[in-house]
Amino acid sequence: MRGLQRSFLFVPGNNPGMVQTADLFESDVVIFDLEDAVAPSEKDSARILLSEAFKRFNYQNCETMVRVNSADTHYFDKDIPVVATLGVDYILLPKATVEDIKRLEAYLDKLESPLGIFAIIESSIALEKAFDIATASVRMRGLLLGGEDLTADLGVVRTKEGLEIQYARNRVAVACKAAGIVAIDTPYTDVVDESYLVTDIEEGKRFAMMAKASISPRHIDSIHSVYAPSEKEVVYAYRVLSAMKQAQAKGLGVFSLDGKMIDSPIVKRAERIFALAKKIGLQVTGVEYDA
Amino acid sequence: MRKIPNYIEGYGKVTPFSGAFSDMGAKKVIGVEITPKAPGESKLVASIEEFFKKYPPFDGMTLSFHHHLRNGDSVLNAVFSELEKYPVKEITLVASSLFPVHAPLVKWIEQERLVKIYTNYMSGPVAKAVSQGKLKYPVVMQTHGGRARAIEVGEITIDFAFIASPSCDAYGNINGVNGKSACGALGYAHVDAEYGRHVVAITDNLVSYPNTPIEIFQHRVDSVIVVESIGNPAGIVSGTTKITKDPLGLKIAKMAAKVIEHSGYLKEGFSFQTGAGGTSLAVAKEVKELMLSKGIKGSFASGGITGYMVDMLRMGLFQTLFDVQCFDLDAINSMKENPAHQRMSASLYGNPHCKGAIVNNLDIVILGATEIDTQFNVNVTTASNGMIMGGSGGHSDTAAGAKLTIIVTNLIKARLPIVKECVTTITTPGESVDVVVTERGIAVNPKHSELIEKLKKVGLPLFTIEELKDMAYAISGKPARVDFEERVVGIVEYRDGSVIDVIYPMKG
Repeated sequence: MRGLQRSFLFVPGNNPGMVQTADLFESDVVIFDLEDAVAPSEKDSARILLSEAFKRFNYQNCETMVRVNSADTHYFDKDIPVVATLGVDYILLPKATVEDIKRLEAYLDKLESPLGIFAIIESSIALEKAFDIATASVRMRGLLLGGEDLTADLGVVRTKEGLEIQYARNRVAVACKAAGIVAIDTPYTDVVDESYLVTDIEEGKRFAMMAKASISPRHIDSIHSVYAPSEKEVVYAYRVLSAMKQAQAKGLGVFSLDGKMIDSPIVKRAERIFALAKKIGLQVTGVEYDA
Repeated sequence: MRKIPNYIEGYGKVTPFSGAFSDMGAKKVIGVEITPKAPGESKLVASIEEFFKKYPPFDGMTLSFHHHLRNGDSVLNAVFSELEKYPVKEITLVASSLFPVHAPLVKWIEQERLVKIYTNYMSGPVAKAVSQGKLKYPVVMQTHGGRARAIEVGEITIDFAFIASPSCDAYGNINGVNGKSACGALGYAHVDAEYGRHVVAITDNLVSYPNTPIEIFQHRVDSVIVVESIGNPAGIVSGTTKITKDPLGLKIAKMAAKVIEHSGYLKEGFSFQTGAGGTSLAVAKEVKELMLSKGIKGSFASGGITGYMVDMLRMGLFQTLFDVQCFDLDAINSMKENPAHQRMSASLYGNPHCKGAIVNNLDIVILGATEIDTQFNVNVTTASNGMIMGGSGGHSDTAAGAKLTIIVTNLIKARLPIVKECVTTITTPGESVDVVVTERGIAVNPKHSELIEKLKKVGLPLFTIEELKDMAYAISGKPARVDFEERVVGIVEYRDGSVIDVIYPMKG
């Protein structure tokens, strides 16, 4: 759903069928890929396909972004001017470094493009510099953890249980939280055995990720159900916001609920949960969205 | 617009289609000429060769076959191979379906020895040859119920009915559930057995008398031929039938399930039919989950049966299955073991002129479409270039009978719009289609204003069928006009025997 950022669906930028139907799977954000999903011989045709697709389709049900090729490839300079004119919302930069972000920012400034930037954290050095990358530009909107490349760089085996990326998940999530941008978990990559899918999504959420990337439209529903607030959370958020209104009506600056002092972070969290529940139309007994 | 001639050479006078139930007057079922068997007389014949020596083939004869062995069938080809020794011509073939494996028939068509075909579905080289106008007279495309009807009332007279029999005894008691070529139910063969002048069981599994269980009984069977093999098991059934993994198919299935949930028909005792295609099975999965979560139990599921429906029967979600044809091994095994898994003949399934077919009791049916137009007419017979690549099968029968007929299809397949102004060939009339579900939205036949209101209330993406067509054209462009030749190569017979459309070959 446009305006929410729970799910980020990768779609190969050179596949006409998938480009045509990209917004039909209810992913909040669609990432059209020019990088890993597109073979070197197909890079030009993918750029052309996306240019044509964005003339014809308005992708109104989702936000859109393009994963360009990394700044150390010769495709980068061809990708950016095309992507800047497509009318997408964001650009996703792989193998990001602080310098790359600065370079991309300057490039977009020069083109007078309003594009926001997401970056992929997929090396040990990028992970160590996650907060620096997250704050490298005012255009920064989020970080995506690239679990496959990161574990390759670390020389560890990527497993379904995902213990090897616990630290990375946490590190990226904390950096994003500190920078006030979105932390996106690495996609679940086994499209044959989906038995660990929900566990994998839950793990990301447990380590403070705020969203999950996906390489299969079939995973979107599961992502949404994990990242949907629980009924308990919605009820509590509703009570916090109601108590706040009452306190404001009485002219009180601080207030408490169930004997606990409610401060600004709790209110912010309640507002976020409530807005999300309202947007996805969660039916919760005793909660009125219009009140 | 659509040119349907009054008279077609080799077919005769044409009764144009005038509504699904416009011809419901009294009907007369034919008596068929039979040769009684006295005690001690053997029915066994050593080979197909011996059979034709004993019962010589003749010019103008009509042969019939069932298609339960699908693309694994060897019987039809074996019979025609033997016939090559005879100078017979003007042959009519009544095959419930024809598949790519039946390619050797093309030679017979080109030699103008096979001059007429009645079938309910065909794909592969024979369909191509017919579409190109190589068959002397136009092919008659019938429905499963319509074929049974035509034979019962004598519109088609069968001289030799060859019944591929996975299990048979020497006196002609047949079942399809045992043997190396097991295919399950033999629903399409019943009418051939009852009305064929000479009924021949061809088996690769001769068992001791009496065969158990018996689906087709000895009193209908004249001869029994034992051969090495009646088919290739790999082409007969698939090991398992699988739900689609295509995300668009899954999305369509989910939306179709929502339509069912809020249609008012999903309630205790409801009946349901869905095909074996991946998207149809995905709808079944959604329906199963709805039934479990709401605690609803249905009365029956019908049609060609898959393991998926068998699971639902086992879980107690349906009281019984009415099975005309088994699609996989699970279905065959279930039919063998479970008395609640019942057989049905094609006539019982869908014959519009019997005393009440099973389709009359259907609440919900899920069907596909190759094309659907803004009058809700559905084509499952030809591609948009007029090439025959399918046929009604039970499509028109179930659509006519069911209270809620839902078409599930992509709005666009590859570069082609599926919802369009006018279908290339009408298979099923729009009057018996209620809802079409595509990945970009749902259209309800405007005659169901109540259903439209119900579905609107639950926030489903409803459009008019014209709007769906416009959406399709906006992406694919408006399809260019195709020019067809004048000469008719196929006749699409509605289930009641009227002609709903004709097929012309594409120019060039």
